[in-house]
Amino acid sequence: MSQSFDVISSQLKKRHRRSARLKWISMSALGLAGLFLVLFFADMLGKGLPAFQQTYVQVELEYTEEASRMGRAAMDPEVARLVSRTFERLIPRMIRDNPDLLGTSETRWVLAKSEVDQYLKGHANKLRGNEPELVDELVEAGRVDLRFNTTFFSRGDSKMAESAGILAAAVGTVMTLLVTLAIAFPIGVMTAVYLEEFAPDNRLTQLIEININNLAAIPSILFGLLGLAIFINFFGVPRSSPLVGGMTLALMTLPVIIIATRTALRSVPDSIRHAAFGVGCSRWQVVRDHVLPLAMPGIMTGSIIGLAQAMGETAPLIIVGMVAFIPDVSPSFTQAATVLPAQIFTWAGEPERAFVEKTAGGILVLLAILIFLNASAVLLRKKFERRW
Amino acid sequence: MNIQVSERSITPMSRSQTGQPVTRNPDANHELSIRVRDLSLWYGDAQALKSLNIDLYQKNVTALIGPSGCGKSTFLRCLNRMNDLIPGVRVEGLVEMDGRDVNAPKMDEVALRRRVGMVFQKPNPFPKSIYENIAYAPRMHDLVGRKAEQDELVERALRDAGLWEEVKDKLHQPGTSLSGGQQQRLCIARAIAVQPDVILMDEPTSALDPISTATIEDLMDKLKKQYTIVTVTHNMQQAARVADYTAFFHLGEIVEYNDTKAMFSNPATKKAEDYITGRYG
Repeated sequence: MSQSFDVISSQLKKRHRRSARLKWISMSALGLAGLFLVLFFADMLGKGLPAFQQTYVQVELEYTEEASRMGRAAMDPEVARLVSRTFERLIPRMIRDNPDLLGTSETRWVLAKSEVDQYLKGHANKLRGNEPELVDELVEAGRVDLRFNTTFFSRGDSKMAESAGILAAAVGTVMTLLVTLAIAFPIGVMTAVYLEEFAPDNRLTQLIEININNLAAIPSILFGLLGLAIFINFFGVPRSSPLVGGMTLALMTLPVIIIATRTALRSVPDSIRHAAFGVGCSRWQVVRDHVLPLAMPGIMTGSIIGLAQAMGETAPLIIVGMVAFIPDVSPSFTQAATVLPAQIFTWAGEPERAFVEKTAGGILVLLAILIFLNASAVLLRKKFERRW
Repeated sequence: MNIQVSERSITPMSRSQTGQPVTRNPDANHELSIRVRDLSLWYGDAQALKSLNIDLYQKNVTALIGPSGCGKSTFLRCLNRMNDLIPGVRVEGLVEMDGRDVNAPKMDEVALRRRVGMVFQKPNPFPKSIYENIAYAPRMHDLVGRKAEQDELVERALRDAGLWEEVKDKLHQPGTSLSGGQQQRLCIARAIAVQPDVILMDEPTSALDPISTATIEDLMDKLKKQYTIVTVTHNMQQAARVADYTAFFHLGEIVEYNDTKAMFSNPATKKAEDYITGRYG
């Protein structure tokens, strides 16, 4: 005899309650995660956005004989106290490079020192004596102003917070990632193609497979040690260079690309391979003409995500010497450079208050690039995804 | 009909059988295309084919029938060595084509597959344009040079497959945009574009509706003037309609190889009769 609806419903009540409870728990977990994300972004934006603005001060410059020896002499001594030392040091060089300047004078906006900048932004600062009043006066007169910080994007690192920028690190990141891509992409894809399409399924290939999967989970600093031992000490690749950094990161990215490529290859249906074999393709032709083009979106997505991961990596680069004070853009792949996360790491260790916003600003730039990379990975996959 | 009614035998044909049909089809061509002698195949330890002997004749349709798992498709794949792709397969015996053993180490499976084309159960056009589906293989085998030659070959293959009128205005659309029946004819066109001698068809109509099936059957009838066709089918009416010769497989053996008319009107073995009349399988 079957049970009536009422009997069944009364039993169901408990089950429904349980599933409702579970739904609430999972939703609050999601809400908590979202809240942390919002807090993180709010904090980063609050701290980092001011870094994109910098205080400039208007000064009258007199290019005198004395100023060509000591830059400070070119300015009114009162105002000179507010000007960045980076600019003071620049004046003699300007005169040396362009002797016609000597004896002339001009009015221009120059970088203020970071204490003035911090004062204007309402942060703790170390302005002395009557300096705060002086700044207030000049602000009244429209001779001190916050402007978009071009220095941040056009200069390398500096000991003076007001003239420290991320250009050297950004170029270093691009160079390092180029090396990583050039090494890890072809080797990774070909390894995956061999394992997936050519290799027999035996103990050896299974062993290789397990090891590749394990490699992806190895702490990245160990790759840095490997890079130091093999690339620098054994092969003599110059330390701190984008070349050695890229090679080290390539080691780290390889398993990611191999795994992504194998997944992409495996998702190509066998019917396509059979069709290709059926018309007389050799194994290599099957892979090159039919399987790889279909797997390409997946391979590209995986590679971009692998690269994005490598881009955010600092630990292995500490070991190969890329976390360093690099004021200039590296002129070649074999000369000292630094990368964005390393630059952030360096700034985070600076004692000056002004570097806090530099750190947050650098993080914002890094985040923006990472979001851009991940978004392009998604777009690429959407664009080239084909049905069969 | 001058079909010779042979003695009914209860036992399947013995291994010493010559591989020739029990009854000769007087309308069929009898030039030898593929000779199979003592062919056995193992998947690991499981024997899937047991000492098969069969002569396949040129410019005929030969149908392979039998219950599921009897080895029809496995046998079909022996003819162009598609079984090589499956790990753990071991083949013994002779599959001879044009005086050469196709399993010999010297035989290049790529060369073999150029002469023995294949059409699969599920239509599997390349995810490329209709034009590229046809032109890819001839270009790969250096059968065509100039663009004009290639265009001509694409048109000829599509005409031979009876698809030209339907697709001539959309040659550059993806092959996967066609209907199932059209896709299967595209696959046939792709197979004949390299001008093979033999076309293997592995249940080519099992995924299609009755109208598309009828179209493909008509096509097989036309194609057999030029090509040797070996087809696996679960549909006995289809075998009766299109095949000149029919081979009945059971448990990895060829139980009966016979003229199609004889097979369906007066089978030589009890097992074949049971299967055909629906009492078995």
